[in-house]
Amino acid sequence: MSLELKNVEKKIGLDTHIYSTNLKLEKNTINILLGPTLSGKTTLMQIMAGLDKPTNGEIWFNEQNVTGMKVQKRNVSMVYQQFINYPNFTVYDNIASPLKITGVSSDEIKQRVGKVAELLKLSGMLNKKPNELSGGQQQRTALARALVKDSDLILLDEPLANLDFKLREELREELPKLFENRDCIVVYATTEPSEALLLGGNTATLQEGKIIQYGKTLDTYNKPNSLVSAQVFSDPPMNIAKIKKSGDQCSFLQNDIQWKTKLNIKDGEYKVGIRPHNITTYKEGKNTLEIKGKVLISEISGSESLIHFTNGNLNWVSLSNGVFQKKVGDEMNLYMNTDEFVYFDQNERLVSNG
Amino acid sequence: MNKTVNQKAWFFVIPVFVLVAFNAIIPLMTVVNYAFQETFGNNVFMWEGTRWFKQIMLSERFHASLGRQFLFTFIILFIQIPLGIGIALTMPKEGIGVPVCLVLMSMPLLIPWNVVGAMWNIFALPDIGFLGHSLNALGFDYNFTQQIGDAWFTTILMDVWHWTSLVVLLSYAGLRSIQPAYYQAAEIDGASRWAIFTKIELPKMKKVLTIAILLRFMDSFMIYTEPFVLTGGGPGNATAFLSIDLVKMALGQFDLGPAAAMSLIYFFIVLLVCWVFYTLMMRNEEKS
Repeated sequence: MSLELKNVEKKIGLDTHIYSTNLKLEKNTINILLGPTLSGKTTLMQIMAGLDKPTNGEIWFNEQNVTGMKVQKRNVSMVYQQFINYPNFTVYDNIASPLKITGVSSDEIKQRVGKVAELLKLSGMLNKKPNELSGGQQQRTALARALVKDSDLILLDEPLANLDFKLREELREELPKLFENRDCIVVYATTEPSEALLLGGNTATLQEGKIIQYGKTLDTYNKPNSLVSAQVFSDPPMNIAKIKKSGDQCSFLQNDIQWKTKLNIKDGEYKVGIRPHNITTYKEGKNTLEIKGKVLISEISGSESLIHFTNGNLNWVSLSNGVFQKKVGDEMNLYMNTDEFVYFDQNERLVSNG
Repeated sequence: MNKTVNQKAWFFVIPVFVLVAFNAIIPLMTVVNYAFQETFGNNVFMWEGTRWFKQIMLSERFHASLGRQFLFTFIILFIQIPLGIGIALTMPKEGIGVPVCLVLMSMPLLIPWNVVGAMWNIFALPDIGFLGHSLNALGFDYNFTQQIGDAWFTTILMDVWHWTSLVVLLSYAGLRSIQPAYYQAAEIDGASRWAIFTKIELPKMKKVLTIAILLRFMDSFMIYTEPFVLTGGGPGNATAFLSIDLVKMALGQFDLGPAAAMSLIYFFIVLLVCWVFYTLMMRNEEKS
């Protein structure tokens, strides 16, 4: 089983929503479409599902051309950002609805709905209507609707975006379990890098209707092929600074901080990307390269501290574990891990990891 | 925390109180006053207790006009609500057609009641009116001023023409607020068009339809000007709905006491039906 997009392109009027895309998704994988809003995630999913036709290109499923085949014949299910359930049906009838249309026997429906409801912790509320449920339970019902039939393709379009923080965390942890031992391809769209890392599988980074990079999630994260891909897969945004390399010595253009590199590349100017969590307020492990900063903003998010600071006309972001209160304007030392620097050439393509 | 006592705050309520007093309480109390007394003019009043109420409740004339009123309201709701939903479903969802349709739909709503009545009166005249003349030319024996069935037919047609647009506009707004994801989800399930209508569109339109039915019920139950101009309640009393009958009693016969009692009963019927209907429709909606 595989889903393959061949030169798929989507234009509406003069606007190109999806630029020519090739992508092959394999059986039993979770595939994450990671990109900011309007990067084309939803359009791409609707093309995959058959809800929308590509302007050019073909979609192949199981070595069979399914371009233009109606969605009802494709055995897909989809979960949306909004909680989509039949408003007048009970939770039980909602979950059972995809099965009833396909003519499964009522005993089997009962058994399968019961199983999925248990998996999604809905067993106690099968007789309630959607508007009597919390947002989290409504989305669980929508998820159950998607999981109850044995779809070949399950599409999830930012399913956690409308939930509040706690419910999102809770459901996010359960998600990978739900897709275990299922004979299907899962596609999951999200704007949040942390969600991609948590779900694992494969990740495609998207920007303005183009797939920038596709590969194993950790590979995409660790070896971004370009600055754009790295930016999409970094939250808070990656710090970017221009550097100069001569011999094994590197230095920022803005200041005189120097470090040694094992990179075997030509001397010259490069750009370096530093993820915020590779700059910390304390010396730890390999975080040893010192940088002076003047605090711009200091925020605490959960048990992490985000400190925005300036150094040499550049704004930097650092993310440290632990709670640190800093006053605006404070001078402080921060520490960077040069091993985690990502080097890009002048065309913003990856050169190599340091 | 201690609340400070400041009775001056009551002064802020006075404007609202005065306003409500003048536009609701005082006129209503005048009617209540008449309903319990008999007067021969010169400001001489005699206490009559509940006599007028008993008289109205037992009056065959009242029963007849109340029956006509319910029949009329029921017929126009039965036509206008499904027709309005049907038209809203066929209206375009995007493009230049949207404003064109919306403006065309709003036109009848902008015409004053008495003008609608006069228009339809002329339109339906059997000798010179386009509708009346055409029907007769087609071989129908049509005369709304003389035949009861024709009078009802014309009154109902006029009301449908005038007010279906309101249901259309409300239904259209309700339909437009359904997120496209609902239709996609139904498409994935393989739901039929009818299933989409009954399982998604109707439940999602429930609130606007409740409002539409309430508005159409109240307006049609209190209808006066249009049938008054069109048929004057005739032929005979065939289209004398409650309000027409009420005005006849109050101003034609100058039976102020029974008329006042009748208007209070009338008022409570409208209130009761609206309350029962709204409570029934909204009983499962508290949480959303």
